[in-house]
Amino acid sequence: MGTIWFCLVAVMLAGYVVLDGFDLGVGVLHLWIARNDAERRVTLRSIGPVWDGNEVWLLAAGGTLYFAFPALYAEGFSGFYLPLMMVLWLLVIRGVSVEFRSHMGGPIWPQLWDAGFAIASLLLAVFYGVALGNVVRGVPLDSHGHFFEPMWTNFTPVGHTGILDWYTVIVGVVALAALTLHGASWLTLKTTGDLHARARKSASILWWVVAVLTAAITIISFQMIPQLFENFGLHLWGIVFPIIAVTGLLGVYGFNRLRLETMAFGSSCAYLIGMLTSVTFSLYPTVLPSSLDPFSALTIANSKAADHGLKVGLIWWLIGMSLAAGYTIFTYRSFAGKISTKDMEAERTQEHEELATASR
Amino acid sequence: MPEALAVDRLQFAFTVTFHYIFPQLTMGLALLIFILKSVALRTGDQRWDRAARFWARIFGITFAIGVVTGIPLEFQFGTNWSQFSKAAGGVIGQTLAMEGVFSFFLESSFLGMFLFGEKRLGPRVHWFTSLMMFVGSWMSGYLIVATDAWMQHPVGYAIAANGSFQLQSFWRLLLNRWALWQYAHTMVGAVQTGCFVMAAIGAYYLLSKVHEDYGKIFIKVGVTVGVVAALLQLFPTGDFQGRMVSQYQQSTLAGMEGLFHSEQGAPLAILGQPDVVNERLDNPLVVPKALSFLTYRRWSAEVTGLDQIPRANWPDHIELLYFSYHIMVGLGTIFIAILALAAWQLYRGTLYDSKWMLWILMMALPFPFIANTAGWMTAEIGRQPWLIFGLMRTSAGASPLVSAGSVWFTLLGFLGLYTILGILFLFLVYREIEHGPITG
Repeated sequence: MGTIWFCLVAVMLAGYVVLDGFDLGVGVLHLWIARNDAERRVTLRSIGPVWDGNEVWLLAAGGTLYFAFPALYAEGFSGFYLPLMMVLWLLVIRGVSVEFRSHMGGPIWPQLWDAGFAIASLLLAVFYGVALGNVVRGVPLDSHGHFFEPMWTNFTPVGHTGILDWYTVIVGVVALAALTLHGASWLTLKTTGDLHARARKSASILWWVVAVLTAAITIISFQMIPQLFENFGLHLWGIVFPIIAVTGLLGVYGFNRLRLETMAFGSSCAYLIGMLTSVTFSLYPTVLPSSLDPFSALTIANSKAADHGLKVGLIWWLIGMSLAAGYTIFTYRSFAGKISTKDMEAERTQEHEELATASR
Repeated sequence: MPEALAVDRLQFAFTVTFHYIFPQLTMGLALLIFILKSVALRTGDQRWDRAARFWARIFGITFAIGVVTGIPLEFQFGTNWSQFSKAAGGVIGQTLAMEGVFSFFLESSFLGMFLFGEKRLGPRVHWFTSLMMFVGSWMSGYLIVATDAWMQHPVGYAIAANGSFQLQSFWRLLLNRWALWQYAHTMVGAVQTGCFVMAAIGAYYLLSKVHEDYGKIFIKVGVTVGVVAALLQLFPTGDFQGRMVSQYQQSTLAGMEGLFHSEQGAPLAILGQPDVVNERLDNPLVVPKALSFLTYRRWSAEVTGLDQIPRANWPDHIELLYFSYHIMVGLGTIFIAILALAAWQLYRGTLYDSKWMLWILMMALPFPFIANTAGWMTAEIGRQPWLIFGLMRTSAGASPLVSAGSVWFTLLGFLGLYTILGILFLFLVYREIEHGPITG
């Protein structure tokens, strides 16, 4: 039962990264790619109806983690107190920037919202990578199973570690590059004209950055934490996860050149899913390794909730998530298709006409 | 109280109080927008559609702040209350995760469609999205109230060998009697907030002589729905909620009423200031024997006072508890009076010209927020010193390694960020109100 929920939580986190990942990437890119107000509004409209739903995956994943592995949620969240609070603030700033841009316009305010959206998106992408780096590297869990990590100690990934050390920062940069590429693929898919051309060009450049960083982080992790790769030796079928990642990465390159935009975006999703599942597979059955003593690690067995609750949960979770998948697909289908700057202008004209009619 | 624990509590109290300003309005408005859309669909009257769109814009702003201020609450269960979460996550994780899985997806998908899709979807589907927004936000409310209800009145659990709580009966958790009454009481409170806000904006338009067609619609809907909600707030929901408290949380009841000594034929305090040191109520204005009657339906029944409860189990802020409760009940009573009178004038056809009543409706706007907040303060301060009533003390629930310094740092951060959010919210909503319901 624990293993099933381990997989389900991983599925939800992967769902979150794939979905919110592209709108974070759009946030990182839009200051460079979208050069005027109309283009900015197109980029925002490309995520407008969906970003909020994408963020819900984080809440639902958090809720599921809380329910299935209460001890992991409790110890992990209190141990990562400071960075999590900063993630919260960034989520607030980002959400407010996206929502309020359309309500508070004029000559200067959009610049503030655009900057808030870009900076918060960038830092969130880095923080998510850093968080993943911390989980892979392990945290200083004591014999009671508690830990508290300061933001940094001496920037080395051994002993009494901080949130930021050279290893976790590199993982943060990898995450930033990967999500930005993901966002560029989304914009290539959703836009037309100059905006489209610029998005496509950034995707080509970013691809090389991601490819190099992916190779680098794999080698560094292998050097630093050899036991991460034990599971692949024990269960050879697990090799399928890195294969998905590599195929996805190659797909992004190939399909982008062939101008098959949907396939390129799909490949980017596959790359992210492949990377995350590879990490999850290597950690199993540990959920939070200890950097002090391997025996104080949190595992599925010592952090899961009791079996009866988990069995009951399986029923409603499957019902609820099938519905959720349905809404997600329905929303994306309702808002499918490309958006151009002309659409945004047409919308504005129509608003003005309506105003004129109504006030008559 | 250790410093870290005190700041943990202060941070949760501040963030949850600020948060609940917004959901009470969105849950109330969700019902009212659904009513506006339904009338528009039946009559084909464009004005009701425009009215719905106007409120949808305010709903959108409010919902956004509700979401971003809600996430920190779920996080704090882990960050600041790790020992509580470790012990109780197996039970209340059910309802919290269900909220994410069932309500959040529903709400966010249909809100996106409701706000962006009116032209693409057509009138019937668009009406349906307003129904789903209503269902989603009210379901969310239930699952959160059910979570809180388990902390107020734990049921359906077993205690494991390591001291943690395990789920034993899913349906007892979900259909906790406490949750049902608390939910009903909470939701009619939210509806009253929505109604008062809608009627206040309507009154503002009529008094300013702008958008008068819409002002009348707002007042009609706000007052009609509001008067029903105000009555339901008192009976049966408030009455049953109170009787559950008297049955299961005698310490809470005694604190709420400022009843220091057990009495047969206990009086109901209308005014007065509790003096906890000398264990008496100063300057009391009481209705003799009324508390006994309200609680047990007998004028001479004995009501347990604080003197029969061990001092260690007294709520730790009796003064605040007493005033929260009295503010809630006092405002609730005033709301019934205002809305009943307004409804009578509406029925007679004199309300739209009754300047003094329009002024009252307009100025009433902040008070339902205060009443709802005071109600939740009564529930949560009343539960103290317990985190899970009778099972786990609040002092045992905090995260052991998170220092007071770290929590002060984040509390100050939240204070700053939320101040900006509050100012932005008021500014944007004010602009929407000035802009009016004509376009969009």
